[in-house]
Amino acid sequence: MTPEAAGGPPSAESARRAVEAVWRIESARIVGALARYTGDFELAEDVAQEAVTEALVTWSRDGTPTHPVSWLLATARRRAIDSFRRRSALDARYAVLASRLTEGDLSSGVTDPTDRSEDLPWDPDRIDDDVLALMFISCHPVLSPEARVALTLRVVGGLSSEEIARAFLVPTPTIQARITRAKKTIAAVGVPFELPPAQQRHKRLGGVLSVLYVIFTEGSTATAGDRLLRPDLAYEAIRLARMLAALQPDDPEVHGLLALLELTAARFPARTGPDGEAVLLEDQDRRLWDRSAIRRGVAALGRSSALGRGLGPYGLQASIALCHASASSVRETDWERIVLLYEALCRLAPSPIVELNRAVAIAMAEGPQQALPLVDELTASGRLSGSHLLPSVRGELLIQLGRTAEARTELELAARLCRNTRERSVLLRKAVALE
Amino acid sequence: MAKYMLIMRGTDESVAKMMATPFEEMLETVGRFNEELIRAGVLVAAEGLDDPAQGVVVDFSGETPVVTDGPYGETKELFGGFYVIDVASKEEAVEWAKRLPAVAGSKCEVRRVPGIEEFPQDNEWIIKERAWRERTGQL
Repeated sequence: MTPEAAGGPPSAESARRAVEAVWRIESARIVGALARYTGDFELAEDVAQEAVTEALVTWSRDGTPTHPVSWLLATARRRAIDSFRRRSALDARYAVLASRLTEGDLSSGVTDPTDRSEDLPWDPDRIDDDVLALMFISCHPVLSPEARVALTLRVVGGLSSEEIARAFLVPTPTIQARITRAKKTIAAVGVPFELPPAQQRHKRLGGVLSVLYVIFTEGSTATAGDRLLRPDLAYEAIRLARMLAALQPDDPEVHGLLALLELTAARFPARTGPDGEAVLLEDQDRRLWDRSAIRRGVAALGRSSALGRGLGPYGLQASIALCHASASSVRETDWERIVLLYEALCRLAPSPIVELNRAVAIAMAEGPQQALPLVDELTASGRLSGSHLLPSVRGELLIQLGRTAEARTELELAARLCRNTRERSVLLRKAVALE
Repeated sequence: MAKYMLIMRGTDESVAKMMATPFEEMLETVGRFNEELIRAGVLVAAEGLDDPAQGVVVDFSGETPVVTDGPYGETKELFGGFYVIDVASKEEAVEWAKRLPAVAGSKCEVRRVPGIEEFPQDNEWIIKERAWRERTGQL
């Protein structure tokens, strides 16, 4: 054990920070390796968390160990063996598992401490598949959408339950219960810890992408609360998408999603004003946009196209985001191209939100008169009732058409429906300005 | 999230040791580490520096700058290169630094890289710098 270089003597705080840092980097590989060797995802996650808890106590007393990852893995393995031994009294199969783990099957690397590249206590040929399998199991269709999000952030992203709870503005016990339930569901259904078979792979990958998208969306347009953006949560989604892009480089939509996230996040610095209030696209100071993020987004979109299988829904949305990112103002944006991209998106992934966005693009390209009937049609269909987006777009179009009184009613309705306080105040400001 | 620079600092001895390492071997270990950073989604930038013997030192101890050729002789430390990573905390940056495939005797300094948004935005030089960053994608 070595004392923490920067923080002086070990303390609860220094231990927490050290554990958090290692866990963030290694959780996926640790849980992945444990799940493969125990063949039990629930147990793997449980013992990994127990190791983290033990680390918080031990490291605050003795300092961070020289090989923190090996420490965590060895501790988790010991816990798994204990559990198998306890269970072997009831079932002989567990005795076999316990002895297999005791023989050190789990560790393949820690032999020569002078060779740093061999430090990592797992099989480099299999760890990529293990991390990927972990993503698939965390996003498994038997789980509720909320459970997929919580489990992915916890086991793949290495966030604590407290961090996840803070990000989603729910009490920590709620997240803990969600995760426990998710693990029990996976065990009850008997989901094996392995990569999905080839014929299911594409569909299941779509499930993983949508979980990452949901995480990002929650960070980029908080559905509730008094903050418009939670950049750290959005960044977490980008980090996970980068991990996935490295693990599944031959899928166009993985790069498409990464491109979409990078290009959307590029606008974050301009999306809120000094007091955290929302700044609309037309009023954003485009000089604040993160050019490196735009460059990374363009590169990811390029990789998606280069696979030669056409763009999917994420790739199309990324292309739309790129139309905005490469324009110097709303006026100079290529709205005709955006209309085309939305039309393609309507066919590939139809949804009322996409139709609404297409109507907005048509308003920009051809004028509000052309867009209003599309919005009225959506209103009549009732498919977006309860969402503040429909009345806020309708209000906007009515303003442009000079129908002020009707516009105000729509904006007030939108404000009533909106759950984000920051967005709501923008809508109310607009409505008041019409008086 | 914050950006941190991992600054590689060597000594004459550690640099000599590194130079003695077979190129293929070095490429393999450094490449493997870089790949880890890429896969973790944290790598922003990285550069390694050429042989210090090819370098030059500009010394400001006198009234006018004095230029001397490398090798540096009495210098205690030589910069060898850097990584810029985007991570959640200083501890995470340090955790990555600890994994550097560094030669014995060398050091790695971990420093936060402040973003341009931390400077006064109405300063004319900051405005100019921002414009340059915007043109070149260095933000």
